[in-house]
Amino acid sequence: MAQALIDHIDPEAILLGVNVDSSEAVIRQLAARLEALGYVKPSYADAVVNREQTMPTGLPLGLAENVAVPHTDPIHVKKAGVGLAVLSKPVDFANMEEPDEAVSVGIVFLLAINDKDKQIEMLQEIMSTIQSPEALASLKKAASVEDVRAVLS
Amino acid sequence: MAKQKTVLFACGTGVATSTAVNATVTEAMKARGLIFNALQCKATEVASMADGVDLIVSTTPISASVTVPVIKGLAFLTGIGKDKALDDIEAELRK
Repeated sequence: MAQALIDHIDPEAILLGVNVDSSEAVIRQLAARLEALGYVKPSYADAVVNREQTMPTGLPLGLAENVAVPHTDPIHVKKAGVGLAVLSKPVDFANMEEPDEAVSVGIVFLLAINDKDKQIEMLQEIMSTIQSPEALASLKKAASVEDVRAVLS
Repeated sequence: MAKQKTVLFACGTGVATSTAVNATVTEAMKARGLIFNALQCKATEVASMADGVDLIVSTTPISASVTVPVIKGLAFLTGIGKDKALDDIEAELRK
């Protein structure tokens, strides 16, 4: 039986109604949470923010509010995990494929990856969530961690 | 039977999105009766890894100096244009 995405997300690493003005601000909030929970090293936040500037992670889905999957090198990760932020208003990330283009993002999955061969399933679960407009719409409406659990189980 | 082809999957860190794309493409090509050698690397390593590779699937822009055919991998993350990208990969693998 495959694990559901929710099994890879620490409930403490789910932030709803995040009100920020930049991609960097949401990355730093989520990274601080992952660091406090023991998933990533103190160097992780800066590493993700810096990487986002050269190798951005905004994914254009053709929606008003799209998704970003910021992450960085495994050397900054202590154990695998995912942070999820649902924003109260979208912020711009740069487009992964066309870094000069902005993508309006309302949902952020911050990835802590340390062994790609063991985290294929987690990555595939995230991708299938991203590819489901229904799941994304439900996440946008989630008012509690339980609501998120219902979407990602 | 033709020699098994090698596909290089690239993304920013070489661990996250290229892993997801590799898994998706490998499964889809298997369903189409095609197997290939898969390699993964960071976008910055593509130029040095491209020798001997038949096809590159990348989610990030690739240096124009690379002469190996490149297929954009973003479709496998967003789902948009995925079937077309799979058809393009199949066509390259059957060459």
